[in-house]
Amino acid sequence: MTRTPDIASGRLNDTALAVNFSDAHPPLTKEQAVVEADRCFFCYDAPCTEACPTGIDIPKFIRGIATGNMRGSARTILESNILGGSCARVCPTEILCEEKCVHNTREEGHPIRIGALQRHATDWQMDHGGQPFTRAPETGRRIAVVGAGPAGLACAHRLAMHGHDVVLLDMHDHAGGLNEYGVAAYKLAGDFAQQEVAFLMEIGGITFKGDQKLGRDFSLSDLRRDYDAVFLGMGLAGVRALGIEGEALEGVQDAVAFIEDVRSRDKKTVPVGRRVVVIGGGNTAVDAAVQARRLGAEEVTLVYRRGHEQMSATPVEREWAQTNDVTVRLWSSPVRIVEEDGALAGVEFSRGAATGDGRATYDAQDTFIVPADMVLKAVGQLFVADPVSGDSILIEGGRIVVDGSYRTTMEGVYAGGDCTVGEDLTVAAVRDGRDAAEAMHLALCAAPVSGVPA
Amino acid sequence: MADLRSNFVGIKSPNPFWLASAPPTDKEYNIRRAFEAGWGGVVWKTLGEDPPVVNVSSRYGSLDYNGTRMIGLNNIELISDRPLATNIAEIKDVKRDYPDRAVVVSLMVPCVEESWKAILPIVEETGADGIELNFGCPHGMSERNMGAAVGQVPEYVEMVTRWCKQNTRMPVIVKLTPNITNILMPAKAALRGGADAVSLINTIQSVIGVDLDQMVPMPVVGGKGTHGGYCGPAVKPIALRMIGDIARDPELGGIPISGIGGISTWRDAAEFLAMGSSTLQVCTAAMHYGFRIVEDMIDGLSAWMDEKGYATLADVTGRAIPNFVPWNQLNLKFKTIANIDQDACVKCGLCYIACEDTSHQSISKSLVGNERRYEIIEEECVGCNLCAHVCPIDNCITMQPQPVDGMLTWPEHPNNPNRVVEPVS
Repeated sequence: MTRTPDIASGRLNDTALAVNFSDAHPPLTKEQAVVEADRCFFCYDAPCTEACPTGIDIPKFIRGIATGNMRGSARTILESNILGGSCARVCPTEILCEEKCVHNTREEGHPIRIGALQRHATDWQMDHGGQPFTRAPETGRRIAVVGAGPAGLACAHRLAMHGHDVVLLDMHDHAGGLNEYGVAAYKLAGDFAQQEVAFLMEIGGITFKGDQKLGRDFSLSDLRRDYDAVFLGMGLAGVRALGIEGEALEGVQDAVAFIEDVRSRDKKTVPVGRRVVVIGGGNTAVDAAVQARRLGAEEVTLVYRRGHEQMSATPVEREWAQTNDVTVRLWSSPVRIVEEDGALAGVEFSRGAATGDGRATYDAQDTFIVPADMVLKAVGQLFVADPVSGDSILIEGGRIVVDGSYRTTMEGVYAGGDCTVGEDLTVAAVRDGRDAAEAMHLALCAAPVSGVPA
Repeated sequence: MADLRSNFVGIKSPNPFWLASAPPTDKEYNIRRAFEAGWGGVVWKTLGEDPPVVNVSSRYGSLDYNGTRMIGLNNIELISDRPLATNIAEIKDVKRDYPDRAVVVSLMVPCVEESWKAILPIVEETGADGIELNFGCPHGMSERNMGAAVGQVPEYVEMVTRWCKQNTRMPVIVKLTPNITNILMPAKAALRGGADAVSLINTIQSVIGVDLDQMVPMPVVGGKGTHGGYCGPAVKPIALRMIGDIARDPELGGIPISGIGGISTWRDAAEFLAMGSSTLQVCTAAMHYGFRIVEDMIDGLSAWMDEKGYATLADVTGRAIPNFVPWNQLNLKFKTIANIDQDACVKCGLCYIACEDTSHQSISKSLVGNERRYEIIEEECVGCNLCAHVCPIDNCITMQPQPVDGMLTWPEHPNNPNRVVEPVS
């Protein structure tokens, strides 16, 4: 008799699901925001601003909140980071701006809650509507942006601001990229990612085309032929495999696909195991583990090969997993997926020992099994180079190589975000897209308009 | 334990903390609560002639700063709007029940002798310890030729004070308005009229702010605003200066002073005593937090006096006055230089930008490794103190007085075209 793993949807009722997937960190009230803003020292040449990949003038926007200049505050954020609303929600501020806040060095600690204040200001802009930026006169240039994630959106907006026409292509139906499909639902609660896309598009001059995949529906040479320039911001479309026995069993799934399921479907219809094992140590692993719990999984175990120090999930994320009753097991390497009666039954891990340099040696004889009905793999995402492998784009270390102006080795083709070398952070992708747009704008202004005699 | 008992021109109180004539002292009910809380005395809210005045609705405006409420307060309330007989009966009851506390009655009647002659015996009959002449109210009553309209004319101050002294056995305290150019003029007028003491400051003429939606000065009364009287912590520096001016003036001969103006803590109280006050009147702080604030004022003042070895209030009163001098007596050879404690510094850069943009470019900014470092350029530092004031960290920037080589004041300075003494060679 073949056993069926205990995977089911609708483990919790609507009310519980609504609570579990609502805003993980509710917004500050106006009063709370002003009190917090008043704590800010208004540092000169502020360390927080230096720590922000997009270089938001943080003291300036906080002062706007303190003085009630909300329009100016929001504009200060958005002119550096048009996705300031989602960055306020998903940025690991504890290792960026807030880590550098000078309040940390005072006896009482407690940095200014910069992320929460940024959300307060950008929410104001969303609530009051209107696009704070206007387009420059049309230039007649057409630019293709591949990938409508944070990098592509930021690039498209900045290009549109400069008067260029942008076609934004994405393999998904909706724009937003990871914000729409790849981040835990409670981090961008409600419909925020789509609201933000709609807000960004209000600038005008951007045409979104969904269900368009590079290499399937069009090629890079098509784009080079039809457009004045191209920006590649397609992120990481692939996932790393475990490479162990039993990986093909039903119930073994990529965490990225699971998170996308949670984001794009009615929560009640997303299947989740009674006992879930998540393998990996990054924020994706934590997002998957906590969301599995919040869908109603009874036992969720997050297993990582190495120790806390080596996890790429930030301390705040790790704590979040723990407070959501996720059991975290360290120094354990997966050996095989355990099959019983033709069905997934658990994961066997070998115990490791730290060698002291952050690495570990694993004892193949010393293993343990964590029973599971579902296994979510979160051991890393990969750039899929196939769609551009026929082009003269240099790829090194699995990522597209760009120069200081975000130019790839193919003329007229720029790239940024996770598909290029650098930190895989939303806020870094926004910076890449914005700065690539500025570089493209400069280059295009220097060249004659295609079809028009110089 | 320091002895906080006060005897102010014969008016005795167990401590120097009195509630100033204002809304908190308008009624028996409030005053009983104040005495139960420990206040040493009260100045009953100003009585006038019947029929009583009428007050408007919407009376106070607040100046908030950086999240702190009411660093300044202004009001457009007039004197007591209750019948004279009601106030008089209540004063009598309160004084009977609290014989050890100071009960002073503030008065304001038209500037004719008959009016003053009429009200004084009525007040005297209550058993009140003294009267305070309200020559200070800067709004409303001054439009009726009372309050500050009297206080701004030294001849009137002298005249009315004299009428009171001639018509009552009670000590007469003259409350001065700060809405003048030289506080010594009305103070001297009061002394000439025979005043036993002066109290100051009354409130300062002010518009606390403007409602930008209605385009009306605040507080808004039916779409209009008017100027009010400003008080609270923000006025303390103005009060300290005026009190000091009176206390150090030789002609005023040490006239007793009841200090008023933004006193909120025991430390403020100590400063007012040091600048020449003998008793202390409080209003805004009580309106902000309730009467209980007097507990820490008494405790704190007493503890500080013990620590400093001051046995009585008289040991503190005027203690800073010998050191309160005209600018011309300051030593131009004195120099102090800022010092930044690098271990305490949080690298906020506020000292740097303040000095760079608005002072003497005497703080350098550099990177040591990845760490910002701000350092004083001692040759450029003029010792202005600005960096120490803007630094958000206590004791991070301190001013270090340098060794002084002798004394040189402006009257003796070679740069002074009108110097009176040849510079010492």
